[in-house]
Amino acid sequence: MTAPDNLYYTRDHEWVLVEGDLATIGITDHAQEELSDVVFVELPDLGDIEKSSPVAVVESVKAASDIYAPVSGEIVEVNTDLVADPAKVNTDPYSGGWIFKIKVSAPAQLDELMDAGAYTAMVS
Amino acid sequence: MIPFAGWEMPVMYSSIIDEHKAVREGCGVFDISHMGQVFVSGARAEEWLNSLLTNDVSKLANGEAHYTLLLNDEGGVIDDLILYRLEERRFLLVVNASSVDLDMAWLQDHLVEGVELLDDSSEWAGLAVQGPKSPEVFTAITEGRTLPTRNGVDDLQHEGHLLIICRTGYTGEDGFELFCPASEGARWWRRLLEEDVKPCGLGSRDSLRLEMCYPLNGSDLSPKRTPLEAGLGFFVTLDKGRFTGSEVLQKQKEEGCEERLMALKLSERGAPPRPGYEVVNEAGEALGTLTSGGLSPSLGKGIALAYLPPQKAKIGTAVSIMVRGKKIPAKVVKKPFYQK
Repeated sequence: MTAPDNLYYTRDHEWVLVEGDLATIGITDHAQEELSDVVFVELPDLGDIEKSSPVAVVESVKAASDIYAPVSGEIVEVNTDLVADPAKVNTDPYSGGWIFKIKVSAPAQLDELMDAGAYTAMVS
Repeated sequence: MIPFAGWEMPVMYSSIIDEHKAVREGCGVFDISHMGQVFVSGARAEEWLNSLLTNDVSKLANGEAHYTLLLNDEGGVIDDLILYRLEERRFLLVVNASSVDLDMAWLQDHLVEGVELLDDSSEWAGLAVQGPKSPEVFTAITEGRTLPTRNGVDDLQHEGHLLIICRTGYTGEDGFELFCPASEGARWWRRLLEEDVKPCGLGSRDSLRLEMCYPLNGSDLSPKRTPLEAGLGFFVTLDKGRFTGSEVLQKQKEEGCEERLMALKLSERGAPPRPGYEVVNEAGEALGTLTSGGLSPSLGKGIALAYLPPQKAKIGTAVSIMVRGKKIPAKVVKKPFYQK
């Protein structure tokens, strides 16, 4: 399992890349390994969302898993490549497998996320 | 690993899709040690089993097996199982892990003089070897033996212990199920891996059986559903004489079933259908609920089973499956979903 140092992490196994007020969100390598064979991603609608609300669904052969907004804000972009190729979540979880981007409205919420060391300790 | 009928079982060893493809194209092995083994013997064994099971036991020759069902008095399914005729007066019932206790209680309650019943489940390990390469794998692991014919049973002594082999399975592929003393199970598992047989878990076992429309007891079969409703009439011999539930089935055969287990295929790639999702028709009327569902690795589309009223769900009928509040288009299709 990998967990890059430049990302933040949630207890629900999402990663967050913060660039200015933009947060890019996907699921971690650990999460994709557990799910295996991702066959469908239900992308969020664009617009405002509250922290911790379910916004997307990642479905593997075995189960459907909700993806929660790690912070409040506005969803401004979704990864439409996943419609044709949901397996990118497995093969490239930290880059091509990103799911959505949030324009962060409450930056203080980012402080509640884990760093790579804390996340690695949580899953090991 | 997940709990399954009192056992800890793996959903997958590597990937459900890879394991599924290995069975369709090569060879895979499932640990089926959780399944129950019930031995029935005695002078009246055939007659007694025939009074309790749907298929005709008298048609079964020594060294043959068939699929059959154990019903309650209302014609509902207690269990589906494979019945082996080991000898003229000695039978083996291979039953679902989750039903061993129920089956045994039912069989004990109906036991007659001249029949002996033994639940020997804890003494046996089982491996299901499935896929087009299974016959050559069998020959390799048994030093040159060949598999019996389809549904044929072979019990043989191998290195001082008994093996019971049947050319059967739950995947739609050629293959065999091997039962050996529990202490020998791990050794046979390793022996199969030496032949490059792929270890397969519950996930691919489910996707493979669903592509063939083989029902899963507890999901597609239940004490409230008869085998005729489940589309298993082929395994019910109504003219063999009375058996538990036969009056109900006879009546149902004459009058028709209110609901039948139908096969549904999603029209587009998309979210896999899951058990519990609702099926609606074009007018928005609820027709039923999925009992099984998932992505078919062979077809690349969602497939599902549901009990639906036959007149509203004929083959070719367009319906929708409700996935998180959205209507996903699907069609009622002929069984099975997958054919070679």
